[in-house]
Amino acid sequence: MSPTSIFAPLSTPAESIFELSILVLAIAAAIFVIVAALLVYSVVKFRRKRNDDGREPAQVYGSLQVELAWTITPVIIVLVLFLASARVVFAVQDAPRTKDSLEVTVVGHQFWWEYRYPGLKVVTANELHVPVGMRTFLNLLSADTDHSFWVPRLAGKTDLIPNHPNRMWIEPRETGLYLGQCAQYCGTQHAKMLLRVYVDSREDFDRWARQQAAAARDDGRVAEGRRVFEQTACINCHTVSGTAANGRFGPDLTHLMSRGTLGAGVASNTPENLRAWIRRPDDFKPGSLMPPMGLSESQLDAVTAYLSTLQ
Amino acid sequence: MATTDVGWIDARAQPRPLVDRLQDWVTTVDHKRLGILYVGYGLLFLVIGGIEATILRLQLVRPHNGFVSPQVFNQMFTMHGTTMIFFVAMPIVFGFANYLVPLMIGARDMAFPRLNAFSFWLTAFSGLFLYFSFVGGFGLYGAGTAPDVGWFAYAPLTAKTFSPGHSTDYWALALLVSGFGSIGTAINIIVTTLSMRCPGMTLGRMPLLVWLNLVMAGLVILAVSPLTAAQIMLLVDRYLGGHFFDTQAGGSAVLWMHFFWVFGHPEVYVLVLPAFAFASEIIPVFSRKAMFGYPVMVAATVAIGFISMSVWAHHMFTVGMTSAGNTFFVLTTMAIAVPTGIKIFNWLATMWGGKIYFKAPMLFCIAFLFQFLVAGLTGVMMSSAPFDWQLGNSYFVVAHFHYVIVGGILFCIFAAFYYWYPKVTGRMYSETLAKAHFWLFVIGFHLTFDSMHVPGLLGMPRRIYTYEPGRGWDTWNLVTTIGVAFQAAGVLAFVFNLVRSYVRGRPAGSDPWDAWTLEWSTTSPPPEYNYASVPVVKSRRPLWDLKHPEDPDWKYE
Amino acid sequence: MSTASANPDWVLPDRGRVGMFSLFASESAIFVIFIVAYLFYAGKSVSGPTASVLHLPVVLTVCLLSSSWTIHRAVAALRRGEVGSFARSWVATIVLGAVFLGGTALEWRHLIRDEGLTIRTNLFGTTYYSLVGLHAFHVTVGLIALATVALLTAGGRVKREHAARVDLLGLYWHFVDVVWIAVFLVVYVVGR
Repeated sequence: MSPTSIFAPLSTPAESIFELSILVLAIAAAIFVIVAALLVYSVVKFRRKRNDDGREPAQVYGSLQVELAWTITPVIIVLVLFLASARVVFAVQDAPRTKDSLEVTVVGHQFWWEYRYPGLKVVTANELHVPVGMRTFLNLLSADTDHSFWVPRLAGKTDLIPNHPNRMWIEPRETGLYLGQCAQYCGTQHAKMLLRVYVDSREDFDRWARQQAAAARDDGRVAEGRRVFEQTACINCHTVSGTAANGRFGPDLTHLMSRGTLGAGVASNTPENLRAWIRRPDDFKPGSLMPPMGLSESQLDAVTAYLSTLQ
Repeated sequence: MATTDVGWIDARAQPRPLVDRLQDWVTTVDHKRLGILYVGYGLLFLVIGGIEATILRLQLVRPHNGFVSPQVFNQMFTMHGTTMIFFVAMPIVFGFANYLVPLMIGARDMAFPRLNAFSFWLTAFSGLFLYFSFVGGFGLYGAGTAPDVGWFAYAPLTAKTFSPGHSTDYWALALLVSGFGSIGTAINIIVTTLSMRCPGMTLGRMPLLVWLNLVMAGLVILAVSPLTAAQIMLLVDRYLGGHFFDTQAGGSAVLWMHFFWVFGHPEVYVLVLPAFAFASEIIPVFSRKAMFGYPVMVAATVAIGFISMSVWAHHMFTVGMTSAGNTFFVLTTMAIAVPTGIKIFNWLATMWGGKIYFKAPMLFCIAFLFQFLVAGLTGVMMSSAPFDWQLGNSYFVVAHFHYVIVGGILFCIFAAFYYWYPKVTGRMYSETLAKAHFWLFVIGFHLTFDSMHVPGLLGMPRRIYTYEPGRGWDTWNLVTTIGVAFQAAGVLAFVFNLVRSYVRGRPAGSDPWDAWTLEWSTTSPPPEYNYASVPVVKSRRPLWDLKHPEDPDWKYE
Repeated sequence: MSTASANPDWVLPDRGRVGMFSLFASESAIFVIFIVAYLFYAGKSVSGPTASVLHLPVVLTVCLLSSSWTIHRAVAALRRGEVGSFARSWVATIVLGAVFLGGTALEWRHLIRDEGLTIRTNLFGTTYYSLVGLHAFHVTVGLIALATVALLTAGGRVKREHAARVDLLGLYWHFVDVVWIAVFLVVYVVGR
């Protein structure tokens, strides 16, 4: 069973689309069966026979009744499809906020996702957490080129376009991990801008949000690594709250270890992968905008150790 | 009185030097030769575009494949799309229009023969310029600086900030120049059709091919021009510091999308109307019946032309237009399905009660009918905006438009090749090889493009150089890639047939198909002046009238 | 099958005119896109000069529109075979067109030097110079064509039988004027 099938919706907008799609598919299937059958029939019935007498068949130039019938029927079908579709367009696009709906700002970057929860003072990257059973509105922005947020089991896709804020919503029915990826070509590593949406129970979500809002762990044992981090250009792109690092070009690393993957899903978050990523991101994601920092092996060990404490 | 030997040159005894003959072709203004040049050019780039597609499919045959780098992959899909639309489909369409329209209206050439040649050479040059990008420029990625921004080149990816090299410039300049060539040819088609019909050929007696190419030409004029404007704006942004699409200065990325798709949607009708034209000439002849409902076919064509200018934003259902805006484009897009569907019914009704001959042109047309029906239905699915919010920008879209362009348009082009090959070359092609081509290609087409729909339904976006395992996409991608081999084999059989039959095919005579339009009344190939005396017609099928004087068409029209 | 000359009532539209009108359709589509961009961005510039720095180009407009009248008289004269009268009206057209271009150049110099408005300054600068510049480009191309005909006339090569062809150039010149009316309304009336 595909984790990204559009026919396995688990959230209200995806379900609305699914229900409409059944009607559309049914009508399309009916048209296909009827017309294809007529085509096959005519090809068989009216093929030139072996004992053909060579005379031309009766020339028929048209028929008003037949042509009227096959004009009016499609018009009616179009009307039905149009009204059904329009209803869902308005229902999904203009859905109102509910009392307890959550607001998340999503900023698309080349080639990662930034998530900000203004009400909860949470800033994170690449792995979105939302509570089950309630509406979460995503306000979609872009820091550079066009992107698109597509997690099929939660909702249809909506684009992130610079200078053109968009808004979408999800309302998941079940907890779990939902997968997707960027669906608008945004450059070299468009293929590796993966989406992971964790739908948590209310308690789990609250706990996660509190943990994310806290400042970065300050573990004295990795002071050396923290020093390397703060004295290299890392801090120009990354933020670790409570430290000198407050760059916005790359993902927020304050709670890096709370994420299951690195590089927007390109590798699982293990110490080996983390070290290799810092050493040379192009090994995982050639064309990603993080340059190799030219650290020595011991510096790499130190920094990896430091980042590994950022729970 | 002694006679003097004047010394006439006998061309058959001593063929002119190769250089002279090549010069003839390069300097020709004859619509038939330009038509052959256009079609030959398109065929060459069909093979090149096919190689690019093969590279794409080999990279995607399994997840996390390393056949090519992401940078090269992105260039490949950009060049594949740009090549196939602008340097394969359009040249072939213009080539057939060039060859056939004057012949079918009883004229001796196009209205402006020198403009005709100029338009061809503009297009030809721009294609070479586009391909120079692979070797020219300061290649950022080691594969030259070929365009890698997608064939619709969305802003702001094309801004200098995000595309610092020259890849975007090659794209914009090549298409700008080729656009002027397209507009020139379109003007020629319109003027020829309106001003050079032979006596008696009212607009209501023109062959459907001529009608369809006339509407196509009108669409080119109204649709390619906006692209020209948008590309000028893009170049102003990139080189004069303009801000048309500069989102960092308040410009709008969505504005580019509107301008591009105002071109991009009518463009697909530019490609499909001539395909309909071929089907509308071939199906009647091989069913031995007149076209069913000629007036409605004309009306539907004109309706399609008009409505096609109003549907463009169905390519933008996910960009955040208002619900009212989205709904408008749902309506217009669904509306255009009506005249299009009517055409399918008319073709079916033409076959109904007829006597169908299963020669290669008709085989390809029958497959076209079936495949275009499917393509139209997947289009209707996506016209429902909410459904498109899932299907859009996924492999479902890629499957849909390849179904139209390959399963619909290319199949009709193959049909047209076989149908008019005897007229153009004077020789019959090999029916056996043609049938081999047909079956190989049908198998390959369906293996590739039927399976391609499924990953789209399972969440696979387009334009990704690799994909994750475990999403249910792997096997479908494998089958999709396998189909390429069959299609390649089919095309090989096709090209081989064209070449071999030119040398060894039996003479075809002027009317091998017992057809009814004017081009079959002159020799194969036609003389340079087409007709010794200008024809006069009294109905839509002048040759039917000649062959059936007891029951001519003009009694019924 | 008989020849066309045996069918004198089979009259079809003139090739040159159909071709020229098709060209106008294409050019109109291009200008519409630039006009849409201009209107879309009107008032949206975040900083820099706005449309209020523009002066209504009354004199230039009168010159350009008058040149439509002079070219009309020129073509009419040539149809009557009055080459001298044709030449005078033709040259008047060129002069009026040149004045229009020169005046545009002066206006641009003022905008660049005194108002600090260039094509890269802001959205207004980009859309203004592009739209007006595209039109001025078409005027320039027209003037080159008109000048060529003027040279040929000076060489005695232009006669009464060329009137239909010269008329086509006249049509082009009228089109350029109609486009100016649209540009004028959009830039100097609606947009301000």
